[in-house]
Amino acid sequence: MNFDALIDCFSASACVVTQISSGLIIGMLIFMVASGVTLIFGVLGVVNFAHGALYMLGAYFALTAYWVTDSFTVAVLAGAIGTGLFGVVFERLFISRVYGADVLSQLLVCYAFVLILDDAVKAIWGGDFLSMGMPEAFALPPLMIAGGFVPPFYAFLTAFAVASAIALAALLGLTRFGKIVRAAAVNRQMVGVLGINTSLVYALIFGLGAALAGAAGALAAPVRSATPGMGFDILIESFIVTVIGGMGSIAGAFVGAILIGMIRAFGTVGFPLATEGVTFAMMAVVLLVKPAGLFGKAGR
Amino acid sequence: MSDELRVQGMDVYYGASQILFGIDLAVERGATVALLGRNGAGKSTTFKAIAGVAPPRAGRVFMREQDITGFAPYRIARRGIGYVPEDRQVFPEHSVEDNLRIGAKPGTDGAVHWTLERIFEVFPILSSMRGRMAGRLSGGEQQMLTIARTLMGNPDVILLDEPSEGLAPIIVQQIARLIATLRKEGVTILLAEQNMHFCIAVATSVAIIDKGQIVYRGSIEELKHNDDIKRRYLAV
Ligand SMILES: Nc1ncnc2c1ncn2[C@@H]1O[C@H](COP(=O)(O)OP(=O)(O)O)[C@@H](O)[C@H]1O
Ligand SMILES: [Mg+2]
Repeated sequence: MNFDALIDCFSASACVVTQISSGLIIGMLIFMVASGVTLIFGVLGVVNFAHGALYMLGAYFALTAYWVTDSFTVAVLAGAIGTGLFGVVFERLFISRVYGADVLSQLLVCYAFVLILDDAVKAIWGGDFLSMGMPEAFALPPLMIAGGFVPPFYAFLTAFAVASAIALAALLGLTRFGKIVRAAAVNRQMVGVLGINTSLVYALIFGLGAALAGAAGALAAPVRSATPGMGFDILIESFIVTVIGGMGSIAGAFVGAILIGMIRAFGTVGFPLATEGVTFAMMAVVLLVKPAGLFGKAGR
Repeated sequence: MSDELRVQGMDVYYGASQILFGIDLAVERGATVALLGRNGAGKSTTFKAIAGVAPPRAGRVFMREQDITGFAPYRIARRGIGYVPEDRQVFPEHSVEDNLRIGAKPGTDGAVHWTLERIFEVFPILSSMRGRMAGRLSGGEQQMLTIARTLMGNPDVILLDEPSEGLAPIIVQQIARLIATLRKEGVTILLAEQNMHFCIAVATSVAIIDKGQIVYRGSIEELKHNDDIKRRYLAV
């Protein structure tokens, strides 16, 4: 523990800005994965333990697209769309068979795919750490905010994730598709009886969740190295965020992810050995005070 | 030949137990057919089988002479069959208007006869509550909403499962008037009821179901004077 360092950091705006910005990108990446986890759980009733593997897939798709085209835009599109399409196929062929099944069957199917995808990545891209490096478009001098340095890519990543959050909230809250999705989450059969192909809706929701994870993997590529098994940590963090925020709540995932990002960022200054402990302690406190999570509905 | 909906020799099981035995039913275009029977006779199961929710194990279902047996519920709905379940099943956390919008689809002819405006004309109660959560409506209002939501899908045939069940007499009268209105609109109706009197005003013909079999077929007029049948198969 080094609380003096933490207090020093809080007394210098430069340090605060730096830590907030790195906390934000940690949180935003977690959010993009967790929003898919919470969406898929909330609508399909499936705990997708393979969601971290989808994040990994997005990173590798993005890396490959970047090497081929030299364009980060294409890389993000490849990560999001490639992973989204993979998600649709995965849902149709495998996940759709465990709807309504016990969590153990869902876990088995997903865990099998975590192993398969980790090995597939090893076979295709090798087991080494791969790095994209900072794309040229972002190789700019850092932004100065209140005396602290913020890399332009950090600002881009945060803006991208916030835009995704807003778009997702608008899709679910305002469009007819979103209304159908929320109705299907409550009563799938009745939605089908009204003439709506709920299998298609489910596949699209899973694909959307996968695309968000894939986009997160692509956005992580410039700041983290890609490696088989890279999806594990973010999966755990996404689950924590989902529990803190409330299962099924996108807003909850957003707030929870920022909280975890901040604990991680300021933790590296003040309690580098205890960030995970603090994260879990926070989850425990939230569950004690609000068992359904910050934005969860009781009785679900 | 102008049967809108036809069911032939339909057997339905729940697990190992057979519930329906060789059900034959035909509903002509524009008709209102009452499916009468006591509690547990198999009315709801018949409707669930037609709607694809409880697919038949034997027999066939035809919609406008097209075989739709075994289709998924959404495809059956798109063939023009609107199903109003007896337990209503509104989407409780959606507003009245959103419930209606979720049900919206063009009819089999591609046309939209039932717009929100038309619905609100026919169901003035819903108009005044369009922003309210459906879960907070009374039973009668929820029944109206379920019927309206199904109409938003512009069905050719509508299956109404005991729409008067559990409602106060004054609401039952409103529902009966509503069914008469739908009939005038040209909607073909198959109406499940325990209560013969509810059907007298609206139905053109009657089928009686008992223990999973059709035991009587005829006009309402004939049934009115057939005390033997009424005593044997209906709760009077
Ligand atoms: N889900 C079910 N599983 C097993 N049996 C059922 C189920 N639903 C209804 N039944 C049985 O099927 C028979 C017919 O029920 P139902 O079609 O609901 O009759 P009705 O609508 O005429 O009252 C009853 O004996 C009932 O107990
Ligand atoms: Mg019934």
